[in-house]
Amino acid sequence: MAKLLGIDVGSTTVKVCVLGEDGKILYSSYVRHYSRVKECVLGELEKIRPLSDTFQACITGSAGLGIAQRGHIPFVQEVQAAYGAIRKLYPDTDVAVELGGEDAKIIFVTGGTEQRMNGSCAGGTGAFIDQMATLLNLTVEEMDALALKAERVYPIASRCGVFAKSDIQPLLNQGASKADISASIFQAVVDQTVSGLAQGRRIKGKVLFLGGPLFFLKSLRKAFKTTLKLDDEHAIFPDTAPCFMSIGAAMYASEVKAETLDSLAARLSVLSDGDSIAVGEPLFRSQEEYSEFISRHMRSDLEFEDILRYRGDAYLGIDSGSTTTKLMLITPDCKILYSHYQTNNGQPLDIVVQRIREIYSLIGDRVTIRGACVTGYGEDMMRAALKIDFGVVETMAHFKAALHFNPEVDFIIDIGGQDIKCFKVKNRAIDSIMLNEACSSGCGSFIQTFAKAMGMEIEEFSRLGLFAKHPVELGSRCTVFMNSSVKQAQKEGASVEDISAGLSSSIVKNAIYKVIRARTPDELGNHIVVQGGTFLNDAVLRSFEKETGKEVIRPAIAGLMGAFGAALYAKENTSDNTLLSTLASEAELNAFSYSSRSVTCKGCTSHCNVNVLTFSDGRRFVSGNKCERGAGLPKPKDLPDIYSFKYEKLLSMPDADAKGERGTVGLPVQLVMFEQLPLWTTFFETCGFKVQLSDRSSRELYFRGQHTVASDTACYPAKLMHGHIESLLDKGVDFIFYPCESYNLDEHDSVNHYNCPVVAYYPELLKANNERLNDDNLIMPYLDPNSEKTTVRTLHRALKKYKLPASLIRRAYRAGLERMEAYHALVVEEGRKILARAEHEDRQVIVLAGRPYHADPEINHGISKLLNSLGLAVLSEDAVFEEGNYVKVNVLNQWTYHARLYRAAEFVTHRKNVNLVQLVSFGCGIDAITTDEVRAILEGSGKLYTQIKIDEINNLGVVKIRLRSMLAAIEEQNRRS
Amino acid sequence: MKEKITPEKPTVDFTDHFPVFTAEMKRTHTILVPDMLPWHFDLLIHVMRRAGYKVEVLHNEGRAVIDEGLKHVHNDTCFPALCVIGQYLDALKSGKYDPEHTAVLITQSGGGCRASNYIPLIRKALKAEFPSVPVLSLNFSGLEKGNSLQLSVSEFIKLAYSIFYGDLVMTCYNQTKPYELTEGDAAKARVECVEKMKAALDDGSFKKLKKCAKYILNAFAAVQVSGEEKVKVGIVGEIYVKYSPLGNSHLEDFLLSEGCEPVVPALMDFILYCVINTVNDAKFYGQKRLMAVAFRIVYRWLYGKQKKIIRLMKKQGRFEPLHDFEHLRRCADQVINQGVKMGEGWLIPAEMAALAETGTENIVCAQPFGCLPNHIAGKGAVRAVKMLHENVNIVPVDYDPSATRVNQENRIKLMLATARENMKNRK
Repeated sequence: MAKLLGIDVGSTTVKVCVLGEDGKILYSSYVRHYSRVKECVLGELEKIRPLSDTFQACITGSAGLGIAQRGHIPFVQEVQAAYGAIRKLYPDTDVAVELGGEDAKIIFVTGGTEQRMNGSCAGGTGAFIDQMATLLNLTVEEMDALALKAERVYPIASRCGVFAKSDIQPLLNQGASKADISASIFQAVVDQTVSGLAQGRRIKGKVLFLGGPLFFLKSLRKAFKTTLKLDDEHAIFPDTAPCFMSIGAAMYASEVKAETLDSLAARLSVLSDGDSIAVGEPLFRSQEEYSEFISRHMRSDLEFEDILRYRGDAYLGIDSGSTTTKLMLITPDCKILYSHYQTNNGQPLDIVVQRIREIYSLIGDRVTIRGACVTGYGEDMMRAALKIDFGVVETMAHFKAALHFNPEVDFIIDIGGQDIKCFKVKNRAIDSIMLNEACSSGCGSFIQTFAKAMGMEIEEFSRLGLFAKHPVELGSRCTVFMNSSVKQAQKEGASVEDISAGLSSSIVKNAIYKVIRARTPDELGNHIVVQGGTFLNDAVLRSFEKETGKEVIRPAIAGLMGAFGAALYAKENTSDNTLLSTLASEAELNAFSYSSRSVTCKGCTSHCNVNVLTFSDGRRFVSGNKCERGAGLPKPKDLPDIYSFKYEKLLSMPDADAKGERGTVGLPVQLVMFEQLPLWTTFFETCGFKVQLSDRSSRELYFRGQHTVASDTACYPAKLMHGHIESLLDKGVDFIFYPCESYNLDEHDSVNHYNCPVVAYYPELLKANNERLNDDNLIMPYLDPNSEKTTVRTLHRALKKYKLPASLIRRAYRAGLERMEAYHALVVEEGRKILARAEHEDRQVIVLAGRPYHADPEINHGISKLLNSLGLAVLSEDAVFEEGNYVKVNVLNQWTYHARLYRAAEFVTHRKNVNLVQLVSFGCGIDAITTDEVRAILEGSGKLYTQIKIDEINNLGVVKIRLRSMLAAIEEQNRRS
Repeated sequence: MKEKITPEKPTVDFTDHFPVFTAEMKRTHTILVPDMLPWHFDLLIHVMRRAGYKVEVLHNEGRAVIDEGLKHVHNDTCFPALCVIGQYLDALKSGKYDPEHTAVLITQSGGGCRASNYIPLIRKALKAEFPSVPVLSLNFSGLEKGNSLQLSVSEFIKLAYSIFYGDLVMTCYNQTKPYELTEGDAAKARVECVEKMKAALDDGSFKKLKKCAKYILNAFAAVQVSGEEKVKVGIVGEIYVKYSPLGNSHLEDFLLSEGCEPVVPALMDFILYCVINTVNDAKFYGQKRLMAVAFRIVYRWLYGKQKKIIRLMKKQGRFEPLHDFEHLRRCADQVINQGVKMGEGWLIPAEMAALAETGTENIVCAQPFGCLPNHIAGKGAVRAVKMLHENVNIVPVDYDPSATRVNQENRIKLMLATARENMKNRK
């Protein structure tokens, strides 16, 4: 009698299961396939040979489709397979959650069957956990064990690995415990499943948890149980969880014709490589080509000096990067005495202390360290801990280093573990800087994670790519996408060599076309210096040269350029060669130790999670704070910040003493309502309502509404709206007023005056996806605020219940518009004051140009305060655009809020001390169009363009680097002119 | 409304110089059109050629096209823009066209969605490598004056008929192809109908709607079909990825290969949607009243023709008729307000509901990754449609240059598995 065989080929594992006639499981296995799918499946088949002569086979799984098709084996979609098995094995299940390598699925069994899979931009899966484990330098098992001992949970974005990394890296650098971070990672996965997958449907009743990660990881199980409030009876973790889909597939096989294992294996083993994957050119055609390439790059090297014999002065440079720490000690004539490159393992301070101790022991009293300088993410902490003389923003450090190798350099590209930085250089000064945005980060650490997933060291993995014959084309976007491209390539049978070469070329394309946004390679310049650890990888370097068609300089110390630049900076800035560096002495270092603890700052309503490092000599260092208050420092002299001004003014609009004889109306403070608060507050108060605003935005508020978010790729302000609505519903207002406005106010400076689609129609989405909303408690009329006649008519109809006379509505609406104009005049007036004061104090001014609702501190993450802390006065686009001339731009100028950006930029071009920084919401499709235009306006008149992408992640570290780099560049510019 | 202050400020011009399509170019230049609906376009192009334009539809695809697009378009810009620009550049680079005598054509809706901005994006992309290639706009909002396709009223009428016949051919084909007994019969009928319509456009008989529609209906009805029941899958979504095989990785072919019947709503519905939005704007906000009156007339005329075709289809009896646009509007009203007019707006949920009503409960909602109007009217409206039609089985699929087919197909397969299950249960 034939046995039933189910094979589940996932993105990382192969699961095989054999069922007997009675449905009993005779065999089951769970093995990683390391991309060798075919071999792995064949190997597994051999193991089941003794069980039966013939099998009825069925394949399932995301990577199984291709095999099934080409091998003519029946295929069943994996969720369907699971669904079948659930109904047979656990018929009383209400909901099943399955986490796999790269997919997350949820099946609602009762109350309307529904099956969902994660969208294409959703991490929160097994691969995500693997990636995070690599980042923490732990195995997944260790991470699991640690998480059980966690004391607190930090908010971490799990939407995609890149975001989570940006959240985790600062935590690591601040010294948060790995146990806490591990627990936070698991919690993030749970949040992602609950919000991203369930999308408004509650997970309740008997819940079945399936898939490898949920079986093996106790912490993850615990996090799910706690979050969903399930007891043991309602949370079921079957022993068959890892291979559950294969059981389902086996069940489906009952209708399949039986055949022998040999015939099955024969069909599988002859599977040819796929033909539909795009392939590129090999990196090297011959060994000679490779040797020529190697010897050419050997020329760019520094000389070494023997640290054990050298006598004299020296300068120390430290680059405390996000994933790696680099140190370099140089002589005054730039010879290397000592260098070190190491992965952080989350403990950068320990590494630096250890290395400096080593340096001290090597140099004895022959060498005097005259100056030291630190750069990178850990700059502030290192400086505080080790009393280092100088700190320099990393872009500057890299530039200094590149200049040393080629004084004519006009383009520098640095690809590190997590960052891509590019600078264009004019007249020996940085002209423009490009950093990667959170989304296109697929940088060096991606290859590393991938190499590990393939069970290889990164060196070995990338070497394999050098002579690949058919490198696969993997696209040029973010990590998550590349992961599925790789999956596709594997499915098509691409070799590890081809994938390795493909990854290298992806990274390069990502950098050139997405970060630099070059249209042709000639735009990059003629004297290119490439650096960063990732370029030490010959495959990446070669891909870069091939893509650009240029020979570039890669210094042999490519991975140490930051440290070298820092050392050069220390040298240049040490004017007195008789003084010693302030760096902690050998004795001080030997006595050095520190402890870290994390606390919640109660300085203001932001409640930042701050980390306090206490050093052995009693000094303290605080990090993670958004403002100075958290650091326990007095506020610096109150610098002008129009963002806080606007926010407070808007929130103070409602009259707290209003009686509200007609009832209470709730206004959600985001998107279109944000700037129109004066209008609608006054309107409703005049009509006899009390106005209740939603709570102030916060991450907690976001989480409160997260379960009703329908599209997780919408911008953060939109997603935050869900929380605002929840808060109003909880306050028990009579109704929420939130109009749909295709058109915003016509400011007569653009072709049309639309709102963006999200701003215009978000109430529709809220109503469709929040079950607590209905026609009674959400009033969302379609209005054009420019047309009094129709607006009054529409409002009259919408508020019919309250029997307001039309004349009152008209009067109230006019009063509202007046208040709105008054508010706007106030903002403009404040802007003028700020400008005048800045001029008087000779202070740099930044026009932080975004949208009105970016004034919400939860949206801008306190960037205005950060600018203040750098000594800058802050203006906004709405305060200055009317001072700018009218503009004619290339693009169709048809959105009210965006039209302001162009005029604000035009205004900036006339002012010497004013620069513009554009705030862009992640996922804002319209900004994809405005940014290029704003850039063109600014650069046309020699101004720098800086863009900051904001999202739910709060990583001011990166923003700070960008802003400091900009300031350094402005300084350079001013010095030249 | 804010009062307009007399502009005491001058206007600064930041626009780049770009080539303009002059009157002579009509004779000297070949106009390239991106691929979207192969059969409709065949007829439309035919009309434009008769109007004296040298027009050619691009059929190039593959990785090179996407790569060109990626190189020239911002990461966050919509996928359709990327495909279209990729097609243009790939074609211009192929050497088949003389860049000095080539122009490209794109439609422009003038709505609040960023799709109205394709023209500047295309200009920017062309500027880098083919600075002499002008971009032509096809729009009805008076945008790009002097740089748009100049067609007479009678030519516009011809275009309208072309779309009606294209829709009819597409609909009949989709309902015949999955069931044909002899492989290739449906395709043969399709070619035959398109050729016949071209001839009708030439000799003026295209205006005999009844005769032409009957011809098409009979041609497809003559195809021998099996009586088996197949899973019907509706395709709704953003206009480009909904129709274009390049945009949606050949979704229709995939569905056919899975043994399904693809149900693709008519292109005319989108045109009617655009027309009625102007009428609605006047009703809602009192804007552009005069234009609205004109649009109302256009609407009535088009809708009358559509009704006629539907009547003929019903009479013929073999095919599930096109959606009645007035009915679509009523469907929309149950789910979303007709004020949602950017992008494909309310049309998407309306089509979902109409499909569900007519027995096509399985629906792929095709959208470009990160499409703004689709957040609201696509993904955002699914739950509302489900509340109305309990059994509806909708899968939103994101299309993106780097989203792989495996990923997309896997999701669709999941939807199909449920669909098959539902079909079995009904029996």
